[in-house]
Amino acid sequence: MANLSGKLVALALGAALAGFGGTASAQDTIKIGVLHSLSGTMAISETTLKDTVLMMVDDLNKKGGLLGKKVEAVVVDPASNWPLFAEKARELISKEKVSVVFGCWTSVSRKSVLPVFEELNGLLFYPVQYEGEESSRNIFYTGAAPNQQAIPAVEYLMSDEGGSVKRWVLAGTDYVYPRTTNKILEAFLKSKGVASEDIMINYTPFGHADWQTIVADIKKFASAGKKTAVVSTINGDANVPFYKELANAGIKASDIPVVAFSVGEEELAGIDTKNLVGHLAAWNYFQSVKSPENDAFIKQWQTFIKNPKRVTNDPMEATYTGFKMWTQAVQQAGTTDVNAVRQAMYGQKVKTPSGLVEVMNTNHHLSKPVLIGEIQPDGQFSIVWQTKGAIKADAWSPFIPESAKLVADWTFPWVCGNCSEPKFKM
Amino acid sequence: MNVLVARLLLPIFAALFWVLTAHAADISAPLTALSGDDFAAKVQATEALGAAGEPAAVPALKALADGRLYRNPADGRTLYSDPADAARLIDAITGQPVTGVDAASLDKARINNRLRGAITNALAQLTLFSSNPAERLAAAQEAFKNGGSLEALRRAAAAEKDARVVEALALALAAAELSQGSEVERAAAIDRLAATASPATRGLIGRVADDAQAPQALRDKARAALVSIERTLWINGLVANLFQGISLGSVLLLAAIGLAITFGVMGVINMAHGEMIMLGAYSTYVVQEAFRAFLPAGWFDLYLIAALPVAFFVAGAVGFALERGVIRFLYSRPLETLLATWGISLILQQVVRSIFGAPNKEIANPSWMTGGFEALPGFFVTYNRIAIIIFCLIVLAVVALILRRTAFGLEMRAVTQNRRMASAIGIATDRVDALTFALGSGIAGMAGVALSQIGNVSPNLGQIYIIDSFLVVVFGGVGNLLGTLVGAMTLGVVNKILEPVAGAMLGKIVVLVAIILFMQKRPRGLFALKGRSAEA
Repeated sequence: MANLSGKLVALALGAALAGFGGTASAQDTIKIGVLHSLSGTMAISETTLKDTVLMMVDDLNKKGGLLGKKVEAVVVDPASNWPLFAEKARELISKEKVSVVFGCWTSVSRKSVLPVFEELNGLLFYPVQYEGEESSRNIFYTGAAPNQQAIPAVEYLMSDEGGSVKRWVLAGTDYVYPRTTNKILEAFLKSKGVASEDIMINYTPFGHADWQTIVADIKKFASAGKKTAVVSTINGDANVPFYKELANAGIKASDIPVVAFSVGEEELAGIDTKNLVGHLAAWNYFQSVKSPENDAFIKQWQTFIKNPKRVTNDPMEATYTGFKMWTQAVQQAGTTDVNAVRQAMYGQKVKTPSGLVEVMNTNHHLSKPVLIGEIQPDGQFSIVWQTKGAIKADAWSPFIPESAKLVADWTFPWVCGNCSEPKFKM
Repeated sequence: MNVLVARLLLPIFAALFWVLTAHAADISAPLTALSGDDFAAKVQATEALGAAGEPAAVPALKALADGRLYRNPADGRTLYSDPADAARLIDAITGQPVTGVDAASLDKARINNRLRGAITNALAQLTLFSSNPAERLAAAQEAFKNGGSLEALRRAAAAEKDARVVEALALALAAAELSQGSEVERAAAIDRLAATASPATRGLIGRVADDAQAPQALRDKARAALVSIERTLWINGLVANLFQGISLGSVLLLAAIGLAITFGVMGVINMAHGEMIMLGAYSTYVVQEAFRAFLPAGWFDLYLIAALPVAFFVAGAVGFALERGVIRFLYSRPLETLLATWGISLILQQVVRSIFGAPNKEIANPSWMTGGFEALPGFFVTYNRIAIIIFCLIVLAVVALILRRTAFGLEMRAVTQNRRMASAIGIATDRVDALTFALGSGIAGMAGVALSQIGNVSPNLGQIYIIDSFLVVVFGGVGNLLGTLVGAMTLGVVNKILEPVAGAMLGKIVVLVAIILFMQKRPRGLFALKGRSAEA
């Protein structure tokens, strides 16, 4: 009833304003927040995701909006500054009254906004692959958890087809995502019978520019006669000098393949890939996926951004999936109220550009397919392996003893993101 | 379902059939299988082609490795495109050109790393007796790396004349004998392999040392050989470390020379120095795109040379405008200068981001800066590192010449040492200030050209180098080019010596702490200016 009278007032107001040549009133629009860095170190990756959300909003409005209202994106710039992420999140929810926020890239920015979203009961869609070990009631994670990216990639390299790798270099940037992922991978490799001396772990600072020593070390480590591969969780700007050094040092993919979890089409656009052909990346989506959904997605993106050469990548696909799911859940719930939308999210299905139907689970993570692609001379990936179907995300890794006993399930009787026992008795 | 199974099994059966009815000429079945869908069948076909020893298979295998091999879905035949002319299609079995096939309808044969390995191996087997010495050399090296047939290697070694190939074959033969030969041969192989200490021979001999089934005497011999190999490799490792240190030092030096002028000589705390480097890198990008668009492909390798003056003038002009527009009002107010130049650095970053976009720009290495060579076993030197070391020494020498041997250099030094006196004897101090700042900025721009070859080209490029640049200048002694050189090289070498021991992260921290302690002892850096000029 309250809702109806609200609508009537809005209508009356709108009519009144229209008479004075004013624009649509606030009640006629649904506001959504975009919380991606547009300046600073992360702008390189996050600007693209801001544009993806704007593209989706544009498309939605062209098709008549949501619940009969226009959708309006409120874009803020947290400037790659982690505390500023929390401030801007608070501004979006309290001041701008947005119904949902699409945002964050690094785990540290997500950890920074998490308390704000929980305190104000906001809703965040996080579109990047990450280290797992988290499930918040107020966040939906549309990127991969480690068991949807890192573990299948390592299993592929262990297989005959991947080259029966016996010796492993785990190289990463020194922060929470690579550290946690490598902890999981190390435990996983040991469970598969790999000895400690066959695992080399190496961390480098953000933006590490001089890779000579490490590349030489990798070569040395690989000369022991066992097939060796590098599992790279190197992030951001450090990748370009790393791959340039690899190429110049003559490390071929058939000798020492490098599989990366943070290098996609967008990152390759800054590298000359002719000497890197055959090195690998594991994602849940590649631009080279053959599906009608993907063709439409690429076309929509290149038209929107007015550049026929712009590439698409996995976090963009995760943003697309999150946005579609949210619009579906809003339609199902008939409102943008956070509690109602959350309930409607569970089991929500979207046919994504990856060519498969992805489902939102009650642990706030998706079931996704895993693809492994080889770098091609044109900066794209050729898919060499993929899982048969979608793999359900583990929010808590079974390979880390402390987290193996934790369960994330936001439905009865658990209703909890990190419990070892259900909240309610059956 | 049945169709699928049949499609998967057919190439395998075809390969099997061929193995059973083997006669040297008929390799059509594995050649057909090469363009199939199943990786395992393709690997099998590749191995069969290698074993068959029929040189006719070489072009098809090479085409598969280069991604030029196709299957014509209409008749299931394997085709490949001519490496020189992509539009010319050739039938893999007949070796004859094919016409009237729509290139767009062909299915490109996919390849993975396992298949790549198998192809290299098969090609090595096939080209061991090639008429081209370079191909034979590559084949011998491949046989050394992945093992080859003892009998084939012996035949090849007996017939070989070319000295480099003979050497490579001897090693490959020793490696093969070490695993397949009699006990006497194995012992002799250890001796021959141990004479060439390299990570590969260490691996080979190490396997014998760890092999519990090998005779005790052989294992002892292998262990003794390992000790001497380890020693040689350790020394090579030190040399490699030293080179890497000098190479890192030259990068630091290149980034810091411009700052040594603007901060070292003029005393301006220029936080926008990194952005001058970034402007240089973007100038390189623009020149590269211009070369791609307007000049013939053969000229492309020269773009880097052309980019040097462009970067110098772009960064120099921005530096000139910066000095005239902002900094000249702030001399003798270091704090304001710091804040103003920092603000300018943010503005420049955002301007570049708005013009070129946030993602990294791709800068191709010219062919003469791609790759490298093995200077010592286990010590690989890349060409771009050598080019940067040489370039940075040239820049340093030119700057030193300008400062010491030209009238402008004299005026520059006069103004920075005593502005009022210089003004009194008729030097236009304003003009000198502006030109000095422009020179420092221009050199930073040229550094950007070189640094674009080893790192990112993004709006944040400057941020990576600004702190290191200040460290080098302050550590070396403000106002002293020699100090900048020694400071950069010291930081580079210490960093690289610490890195393998402490890790990249801890190494950096140790270096920073060491510099802080050093500056407590010698606040004016390694080479402090002495005399009256030091008080200015």
